[in-house]
Amino acid sequence: MENMVNVFIFGKRYSVPENLTIMRAMEYSGYQLIRGCGCRNGFCGACATIYRIKGDKELHACLACQTKVEDNMYIATLPFFPLVKQVYDIEKISVNEQIMMQLYPEIYACIGCNACTKSCTQGLNVMQYIAYAQRGEFDKCADESFDCVMCGVCSSRCPAGISHPQVAMLARRINGKYLAPKCGHLENRVKEIKDGTFKDLLEDLMQKPVEEMKELYNHREIEK
Amino acid sequence: MYSEKFSESLKLVEQARDKNIALEPARMTAEQKDTLLATYHPDYKTDEFEVLKIGANKGEKVPMELAAMLEAKSRISANDVDLTKPDIDCDVLIIGGGGAGCSAAIEADEAGAKAVIVTKLRIGDANTMMAEGGIQAADKENDSPAIHFLDAFGGGHFAAKKELLYKLVNNAPEAILWLNELGVEFDKDKDGNMITTHGGGTSRKRMHAAKDYSGAEIMRTLRDEVLNRKIPVIDFTAAIELILDENGNAAGAVLMNMETKDLLVAKAKTVIIATGGAGRMHYQGFPTSNHYGATADGLVLGYRVGAKLLYADTLQYHPTGAAFPEQIFGALVTEKVRSLGAKLVNKNGEVFMHPLETRDVAAASIIRECGDRQNGVDTGNGLGVWLDTPMIEKIGGEGTIEKRIPAMMRMFGKYGIDIRKEPILVYPTLHYQNGGLDINENGETTNVKNLFVAGEAVGGIHGRNRLMGNSLLDIIVFGRNAGTNAAQRSKEVNVGKLTLSHIDKFLKERNEAGIDSTEVSPKLLPNYVHNAKEQ
Repeated sequence: MENMVNVFIFGKRYSVPENLTIMRAMEYSGYQLIRGCGCRNGFCGACATIYRIKGDKELHACLACQTKVEDNMYIATLPFFPLVKQVYDIEKISVNEQIMMQLYPEIYACIGCNACTKSCTQGLNVMQYIAYAQRGEFDKCADESFDCVMCGVCSSRCPAGISHPQVAMLARRINGKYLAPKCGHLENRVKEIKDGTFKDLLEDLMQKPVEEMKELYNHREIEK
Repeated sequence: MYSEKFSESLKLVEQARDKNIALEPARMTAEQKDTLLATYHPDYKTDEFEVLKIGANKGEKVPMELAAMLEAKSRISANDVDLTKPDIDCDVLIIGGGGAGCSAAIEADEAGAKAVIVTKLRIGDANTMMAEGGIQAADKENDSPAIHFLDAFGGGHFAAKKELLYKLVNNAPEAILWLNELGVEFDKDKDGNMITTHGGGTSRKRMHAAKDYSGAEIMRTLRDEVLNRKIPVIDFTAAIELILDENGNAAGAVLMNMETKDLLVAKAKTVIIATGGAGRMHYQGFPTSNHYGATADGLVLGYRVGAKLLYADTLQYHPTGAAFPEQIFGALVTEKVRSLGAKLVNKNGEVFMHPLETRDVAAASIIRECGDRQNGVDTGNGLGVWLDTPMIEKIGGEGTIEKRIPAMMRMFGKYGIDIRKEPILVYPTLHYQNGGLDINENGETTNVKNLFVAGEAVGGIHGRNRLMGNSLLDIIVFGRNAGTNAAQRSKEVNVGKLTLSHIDKFLKERNEAGIDSTEVSPKLLPNYVHNAKEQ
């Protein structure tokens, strides 16, 4: 028999094998998940969860699919959080801190409590990337926030009402589109294709009999 | 954290590391690969397949779990809804909110059509979000779309539909540029050159990446753009039956609210199936790297109205799913780990294959190593082989792992395994549906008019195996393609009277074929309730 632990899902006690993740523990206990479950691999942010171990003051935040259960764990999932997502036209926005003042002015009300960073399920320095956004340093904001899965726990803890993941999303798009250096070889290749540079080559290749294709494939040169 | 029982094998791996780094293992010959696949690849286990008794692919074999869904009953009968009063009326109905669905929506919107996305979970809940390693495009000097074509065609066993593959490789650079212009951040050097690597079976380094969050970076950007364009997204709502019009053309879908089970009728001039893959079907009992909703819904929806499948008997088992610890059993360990230099090593510390063979070959080789060759490591939850990640730091320098594959470092780090210092255990995991609905160059099914398909639900772009980085590419290229063409088509379509008569017709076929299963489909979600394992 596996070792069992007691967990309290929304306050109700269930006995589950100790090696399960929180998500698996919920299913083991009888929940057919619809909300609060997405990629099950730590990339989508659907399964933000808060928990507290009985007797412990500290409140923890995690992704349910990436966290093992513990004995006496009190669990509440956060399957949806009302983040504010402002709409904008990426082709027309200004690429300086003005855009932040315009779309997400609440970031300037940050009181520096660092609750966002402390609660980040990915262990990111959230308050720092908000500081970068305030200053219009979008490249740094993009870099610092890159691993964000937009689960929204940071925002749920923020006294200033900031929607951190959406601020970072805007910064990354600005960085990707406007600030990071343009890729010359990519633009050249797109133009070459438009000009039909490879058309004959490709069509010739496609018309070859399969046996010849196999020869070509099996003896093709592979870049080191 | 590795317990005592792994220490002997770990020591052997560590001792052989320098020697193994220097080793350049031979690639297999075509004959060796064929024999290996026929003997060990799951696609060749005939007793795991079933011959379809009804439908457009009658007489062909598919995995038995898929056959059960393709031949199952509808969740509804025709008189459960009132087709004369549609709740939604649009030009392009897009079923699925992943990478393909969002790309299609953006292009349909761009073309001036009224697009609507319906998705059974949230927008962005998709395999796209979980793609780690990268996206291919032949945009470097030493590369060309023709070389890309040959790599993909050969890697797919010369079975791809050539006109689809042509479109894939020829539109690849433009797809990357489109994403970059939307704000997707690619790994670049200070001059803007793309930092590219190999994938299994590539002959040029054309794998573009955004660390090992490549799919997530693409997906969240596409999602943001869909929201900026105010394209309606109806979430937690599954399409459970397509609607045809009296002329037999696709004209909408019956939708079901996943929570309340309420039904809605969506009428549309064109429909795009972008429902993704099938990993959660757990074919042959394999674990999966896939998203919670990957249950082959689109194949079922299409098949029931008569659309044809292509290569539905071929699945991709990603060679490196996590085999330990059990909490992440089956989770994807990106191929990029091998692109960056890590080799596959057996329990004796021996490199047993070239790390960058194509995925089907690599998976079969690991299954052989753990099976007949008995060189697998007992994980306590099955077998696995080592993927020697510390090699990456030795080859690329300290800090390479944190910079290039932070998600992998985090995933194992949560369980006390520092992949910079310790190798990880891997075993094949169900990863990708090579087959799917048969389409033409315009993205439209070959036999149901106004029904388009994009993304993993398509069959034939890659043939019978897919190269790393060609799926993120195909969801963009064929998602956009379907969006543009469906929008175009919607301008000429006059929808006739809506009907669900195909449901009865299908039931009749079932009866005549002697199928009496009580199951209903599409599956929508796997059932893990009261199970200690995901199956």
